[in-house]
Amino acid sequence: MLKLTKAVFLFFAFLLPGYGQLQAQQGHEEEKTHVTESHSEEIEAHASDTHAEEGFNAGEFVIDHVSDSYDWHITSFGDKHISIPLPIIVYSKQPELHDGQAFHVFMSSKFHHGHSAYKGFRISESEEFKGKVVELDAAGLEIGTPIDISITKTIAGILASVVILLWLVFATAKLAKKNTGRAPTGVQNALEPIIFFIRDEVAKPAIGEHKYEKFMPFLLTLFFFILINNFMGLIPIPPFGANVTGNIGVTMVLALFTFAITTINGNKHYWKEIYNPDVPWWLKFPIPLMPIVELSGVITKPFVLMVRLFANMMAGHLIVMVFVSLIFVFGSLFGPAVGLGASPISILFSVFILLLDVLVSFIQAYVFTLLSALYFGMATADHH
Amino acid sequence: MGLVMPNPGTIFWMLIIFGIVFFVLKKFAWKPILTALKEREDSIATALNSAEEAKKEVAGLKADNEKVIAEARREKEAILKEAKELKDKIVAEAKEKAGEEAQKTIAQARQQIEAEKTAAINDIKKQVAELSVSIAEKVIRKELSNKGEQEKMVDGLIDDIKLN
Repeated sequence: MLKLTKAVFLFFAFLLPGYGQLQAQQGHEEEKTHVTESHSEEIEAHASDTHAEEGFNAGEFVIDHVSDSYDWHITSFGDKHISIPLPIIVYSKQPELHDGQAFHVFMSSKFHHGHSAYKGFRISESEEFKGKVVELDAAGLEIGTPIDISITKTIAGILASVVILLWLVFATAKLAKKNTGRAPTGVQNALEPIIFFIRDEVAKPAIGEHKYEKFMPFLLTLFFFILINNFMGLIPIPPFGANVTGNIGVTMVLALFTFAITTINGNKHYWKEIYNPDVPWWLKFPIPLMPIVELSGVITKPFVLMVRLFANMMAGHLIVMVFVSLIFVFGSLFGPAVGLGASPISILFSVFILLLDVLVSFIQAYVFTLLSALYFGMATADHH
Repeated sequence: MGLVMPNPGTIFWMLIIFGIVFFVLKKFAWKPILTALKEREDSIATALNSAEEAKKEVAGLKADNEKVIAEARREKEAILKEAKELKDKIVAEAKEKAGEEAQKTIAQARQQIEAEKTAAINDIKKQVAELSVSIAEKVIRKELSNKGEQEKMVDGLIDDIKLN
């Protein structure tokens, strides 16, 4: 019986991320249609009327919650938005448009939630730069984006979880020094099993007994970074709840680190397998078919790492938001009573998905670390 | 902001943050943690090893003890056996000796008895001879008190001689 539930559970676990992506696509489409609609409506100058009719836009609601943004939105009452302002850091190549200054640092609250411009910058509402900070020319038209290194919600989320990560690991390090040769205490008890797991179940089998030690710091940092960010993303209260590991820029950097370490540590055998693999000669000459395949593999490996983590975490967030937004969809379609009636089911599903996401958080952190370790193992493998 | 397009700003900060976190943790946290773990593992391994050795030693001691005990037992048995044999031998010897002695005594006694018997027989013979002689004398004296009888006797004797 237990086995059966487990099987069903796993089935859903594999099914749901796919479903989430589907939802994301639909959300995208909805968003797009919404944008075009509102655009045309604005031209017709019936914007406010139709908006009231439309009521709740689930696609926009969901996408807004999983997207990066310049301020940390907490809640809104009607037109009043409550959010934590975050610093905007931009470098303009055209300082003459911004009081003669190229480098600008100011809080996002200056934009009033995207409603107003500040020093020749504003949050774009055009389709091309939607949601990004754009420069405005003298006439108030968008002319492009500046170099933008703002502390966005994602970055703030990363900083928050990095604080937790550093605290956890340094506390463990301190205890480890104190308890050398003795039984672990406190937070050391929580982290050590995971460290042992990464070492004995991931690094040693994947890289090998003799070379694994060199890669342990990276694998541990990677695992804990992803795990903590995954968990923080599940807690819907600032400074948590930012969709960090569901941001493709973040996963891209993580994958880049894996790629860089793999490439730097690649030994002669590794490169030989790429440029001159052990295959019949006609697969290498005159058209270097296998080298091309192998070389593309070098790129696809980190790419897949990037997409897997991003898609899984993004999907988890999306589904939870979709289930929550169902309440308001029902509410706006059939009246508040129906929305209220649908809420228990929505909440039940949301809770289920959240619990699933806890599992996914572990699995994704593990998979990313394991695959990174495997790539390191391949790069440092001895010739047999 | 697009969902599937990486944002340069995010990448920039993430590179810096993750790079610093990685470097700092590697330098100041993971190294001591991993060393401590290794040291503890080693110490546990050594402790287990020495425990194993101690166990082996104890087992060896036990085996030695058993060997000693077994040897002692064997020795005891050997001694007992020897003692028994000795005892048996002594008893047997004693028995033999006693038998011999008895035999000797008996033989001596027999000899003495024989000698005494012979002496007694000789004595008896002597006495019988004396008695016979006296009886014969008395008989002859009585019988030869009358003449007829004497003659008769003489005749008888003569006859006997003839017959012989």
